[in-house]
Amino acid sequence: MLGLEKLFGGDDTNALKMDEPHPESLLDTGAQDVIGKPLDRIDGPLKVAGRATYAAEYDLDNVAYGFLVGSTVGKGKVVDLHAEIAKAVPGVIDVITDYKTFLRNPGQGGETKSPTQGVESVDYWGEPVAIVVGESYEAARDGAYRLQQAIDFETKEGRYNLDAYRDEAKTPPPGVIPPDYKQGDVEKALAEAAVTLDATYDTPSQNSAAMELHASIASWDEDGRLTIHGAYQMPSSDRQQLADALGLSKDKVRIIARYVGGGFGSKLGIAPESVAAAVAAKTLGRPVKAVMARQQVFDATVRRSDTEQRVRLGADADGRITAIAHETLGSNLPGEGFFEPTGASTHFVYPGENRLITHRVVELDRLLSGSMRAPGEAVGMLATESAMDELADKIGMDPIELRRRNEPEQDPQKQVPFSTRQVVPALDKGAELFGWDKRKGVAEDRRGEWFHGLGVATAARSNVLQPSAAKVTIDGQGRAIVETDMTDIGTGTYTILAQITAEILGLPIEVVTVHLGDTDAPPGAGSGGSWGAGSSGSSVYLACEALRKQVADKMGVAAETMTMKDGRVIADNRSVPLAELVGDGMSATGEIKPGKQEKETTQASYGAHFVEVAVNAVTGEVRVVRMLGVFAGGRILNEKTARSQCIGGMVFGIGGALTEEIVHDPRNGRVANRDLAEYHVPANADVPQIEVHFLPERDVHANPIHAKGLGELGISGAGAAIANAIHNAVGVRVRSFPITLDKLLDGLPPV
Amino acid sequence: MRSFTYARADTAEQAVRDNDADGCVFIAGGTNLLDLMKLQVETPEKLVDISRLPLAEIEEREDGGLTIGALVPNSDLAADRRVIEKYEVLSRALLAGASGQLRNKASTGGNLLQRTRCYYFYDLASPCNKREPGTGCSAMGGFNRVLAVLGTSEHCIATHPSDMAVAMRALDATVVTLKKDGDKRRISIHDFYRLPGDTPHIETVLEPGELITHVELPAPVEGARHVYRKVRDRASYAFALVSVAGVVTVEDGRIAHAALAFGGLGPMPWRDDAVEAALVGQAPSDAAFGAAADALFRDAQGYGHNDFKIPLARRTLIATLRELTAE
Amino acid sequence: MHFTINGQHHEVEADIRTSLLDLAREHLGLTGSKKGCDHGQCGACTMLVNGRRINSCLTLAVMHQDDEIVTIEGLGQPDKLHPLQAAFVSHDGYQCGYCTPGQICSAVGMLDEAKKGWPSHVSADLTDAPLDDHEISERMSGNICRCAAYPNIVDAIAEVAGLSDEQRQPEREVAA
Repeated sequence: MLGLEKLFGGDDTNALKMDEPHPESLLDTGAQDVIGKPLDRIDGPLKVAGRATYAAEYDLDNVAYGFLVGSTVGKGKVVDLHAEIAKAVPGVIDVITDYKTFLRNPGQGGETKSPTQGVESVDYWGEPVAIVVGESYEAARDGAYRLQQAIDFETKEGRYNLDAYRDEAKTPPPGVIPPDYKQGDVEKALAEAAVTLDATYDTPSQNSAAMELHASIASWDEDGRLTIHGAYQMPSSDRQQLADALGLSKDKVRIIARYVGGGFGSKLGIAPESVAAAVAAKTLGRPVKAVMARQQVFDATVRRSDTEQRVRLGADADGRITAIAHETLGSNLPGEGFFEPTGASTHFVYPGENRLITHRVVELDRLLSGSMRAPGEAVGMLATESAMDELADKIGMDPIELRRRNEPEQDPQKQVPFSTRQVVPALDKGAELFGWDKRKGVAEDRRGEWFHGLGVATAARSNVLQPSAAKVTIDGQGRAIVETDMTDIGTGTYTILAQITAEILGLPIEVVTVHLGDTDAPPGAGSGGSWGAGSSGSSVYLACEALRKQVADKMGVAAETMTMKDGRVIADNRSVPLAELVGDGMSATGEIKPGKQEKETTQASYGAHFVEVAVNAVTGEVRVVRMLGVFAGGRILNEKTARSQCIGGMVFGIGGALTEEIVHDPRNGRVANRDLAEYHVPANADVPQIEVHFLPERDVHANPIHAKGLGELGISGAGAAIANAIHNAVGVRVRSFPITLDKLLDGLPPV
Repeated sequence: MRSFTYARADTAEQAVRDNDADGCVFIAGGTNLLDLMKLQVETPEKLVDISRLPLAEIEEREDGGLTIGALVPNSDLAADRRVIEKYEVLSRALLAGASGQLRNKASTGGNLLQRTRCYYFYDLASPCNKREPGTGCSAMGGFNRVLAVLGTSEHCIATHPSDMAVAMRALDATVVTLKKDGDKRRISIHDFYRLPGDTPHIETVLEPGELITHVELPAPVEGARHVYRKVRDRASYAFALVSVAGVVTVEDGRIAHAALAFGGLGPMPWRDDAVEAALVGQAPSDAAFGAAADALFRDAQGYGHNDFKIPLARRTLIATLRELTAE
Repeated sequence: MHFTINGQHHEVEADIRTSLLDLAREHLGLTGSKKGCDHGQCGACTMLVNGRRINSCLTLAVMHQDDEIVTIEGLGQPDKLHPLQAAFVSHDGYQCGYCTPGQICSAVGMLDEAKKGWPSHVSADLTDAPLDDHEISERMSGNICRCAAYPNIVDAIAEVAGLSDEQRQPEREVAA
């Protein structure tokens, strides 16, 4: 984007496909000693000073304001828009819709084709059918609300209730996991098992509720090229979704997303305001800024599917699992391929010769379901890790001991080794740090009005490597510049990419500049699926590795014999400033791709959650009093940001366990609690001072930086540890999440 | 938000004069009004800005009571030493409500007039008798977990969301107003709110254009213990599922004074003489507390999702009474 | 309309309906204050008006023409941070950064409230409510952080408030 290759001469691409383990890492031999260190975020000062620019904050000339208009029926058709109602509002410029082009559904992550288009047909309540554009935000909003009340819809009969249509559930096409897996004979093994558990759990629809609203500023240049300043997790595929939706080639679309105010899955694909803003901007010949209202984010972005999960476990008298069945049900819009991969971790976390993991989807006329933080594990492990606790109770065994006895030596299905796996060390370390030995029996620890209880759960989240590219330049002054369209959605990408660069090129981190979130730069992995650090970090690693070779050539030595530190290159008894070796500058591109390693090993991050809750004996109010996560996710690139990622996931776990629930009105599918006052994400007072402990680890099968994902590990299992602690506290097992106080009342002692 | 004309008043008299037409509304803190205006649930044609009126003082009266200006922000009222020391239940209720930011803006008068948080009241596309009389109630067949179990009608099951007003009922407050004709009026808080009946859109006895200028608290009950207990879905920044405000004295082993008011249960901050009748003159006991709870819920009706409020409130009331009467 | 924001005077022509938040973001280029819900349900828009923290989304700009308004941009700059801004950086009191300006403005207002002796919902004694971790958490609960940097936010504020470890974690029953 800066035309650096022209400035600095030739480029050099260093590509790596992970077909082989990569035992050597320049991060272990670097001399700068910044990798892993708990450095402050390099983008921190801008963020705390309010100077980091998020999607809606770019100052474009002559911008008009767009406000989406959502449907007020759950299923039907627009008969008459009555645009004149909004056009009559002073300050409204136009009412714009394009029944064919506007997005009916938001996009799924990683797709390169447009999501479903066409908004004359209404498939869910709140589906955006038009955009009102005004000279001011106030005028556009006024017009939109008036218009929404005036639209004539033909109402069709819709399906809004999972329970009513469960018998019509379908087997979805394969997703990140196959919908079905069978091994051995589960029924027979269960019949023969010394101990069995058969329990059904359910989890509700949830909303990512990222703090930044979905927003796009669309502007077209005279060459017909569209620029969207937007809120995106994966700009390179989002750009393709947008291009396809608008009938453009992808090089005619540029996305800029330098700072993204959280995503958690909701910004993996494009959202409806993007195409609406682009169409409106084209129509009006001026930039259009469209920010979805919080209520619209609930109505018409993406939800995590509700699930129902039957878990059956069979074990011998010693607690060794012989059969495991996880049969799951979710929901989505008709025609959507995505299913919540609820059984994702069930495939590999516990052994058992006989296995059954299934996924079925009920088609409902409610907003799209898609990926939300740790799709699969976040809700699946609520069930499976609760079930493990229930099984331990049945056997009369400590739940840590039960897990210890069920530690597989290799992947129980694929029969390949784990690349790394530290479940038992995490449980042991956690037990020691948390004081697990002080855990009392069920409902035995009452202090005044509060029952206290401890709970534990395993954490596991699959590791994924995505193709990712980055360009790194050393300029004539010996400063480094990193460029990729990778994003930092709060994950710390800016900082870890700078640390990797600084470590390998031997530079103080202050002279490394990182440019993210611009599709004019090489395509990065994007932020999702916990793959960002490993994938994007590896691409930067490879670019820096190539640069080291270029520098070594200039120095006239072999790269392996050369040390780079503090901006100097040391080899052959010489120490030369880097700036003197690079001439006008040099650059290289790194490209990482997944390879055979992901088949030859099973890769995941692991850990253990420990929770102490207090449950009020009168009201059933639950407070998380203490929380500890012990995690192993390969190399920790920055202890500070890694810890924050884990804490963030664990708090998502608190929300999922205790408060978060989208309620769909059974009459029209409408999200009843469509704002942050009624959809309860955890507030500060819900969260104690959380402890995070990392186990040392390197994963040479994962990638050359040996790091794996952390952003979703923290949520995986966390909520189950809370549910298990509640059971320990008051003896009530709630299998319907969230565990709101009304579900505990019946099981509490009389007042 | 629809457009409106705007006038800033400098005196209460000017404010009621400026409130000169249907569709004219006073704005003070605006934290609830603007919330609803953005969604076009409220569509006033004119706003009279009363935020600069000289009504932000708290004064002690000779009779030992307090007069609270209608514009005293919730946070100042909660932190006032006289309120803390003599009317602790009021401080506690205020501090249990909303957030620090909202309490800094929300006014005493405005807090009394908060509208319900019913999901369907907030959605223009859903029938709602409170928002649009005669259209029906979507909450009864819909999601009603947060809604009322006491005082409902076939037309509306909304709850009043205020914490402060619950304490005001337990404290026997009086609402002082200035009417359009310039007359002052004193309205007992017990007469201030109306049950929904078949006119759920009319929530108080205020006349059009009538301005709340003060809230008076009578002299505090000597020797009373004060408790405000709020039960909600998260630890902070959430509306009450159930709340109990209690002001109780025990003399010679018997309950001498009992004032109990409830939030989250009814269309107005709830108080029921029968509850107190079951307590006054009795020795504190689980039997007496149970009788009080029986009295409270003698006509209660759940609507499905909110059925749990009845046992929850019963348990909360009994525990609160224990705390209020503990030796 | 005329405004004094961060000590600077502004004359603005804006719609009467303009919220204080939209005035800053859309008319004055002060985009540090964030819009997360527009209904007083998240705190991302928190500004200091006459020294008090408020939700700028839930107030009309026209009502604040004679007030002293401070936004995040007025507290400090990237190269000259306010102590709370610096503490948020060193304690990683954010992740995506979107709620952060509101958190910091809120913390400034909150510390001032605490200094005045204002109690909170979790204060056992309303007349003597020294800050501790529970107090900070409760008083900061009007600022939602979906990334959930809450523990780090509490650390940052506790440091600026000068609290010792003992002061931060006194013996107390579970906060109601």
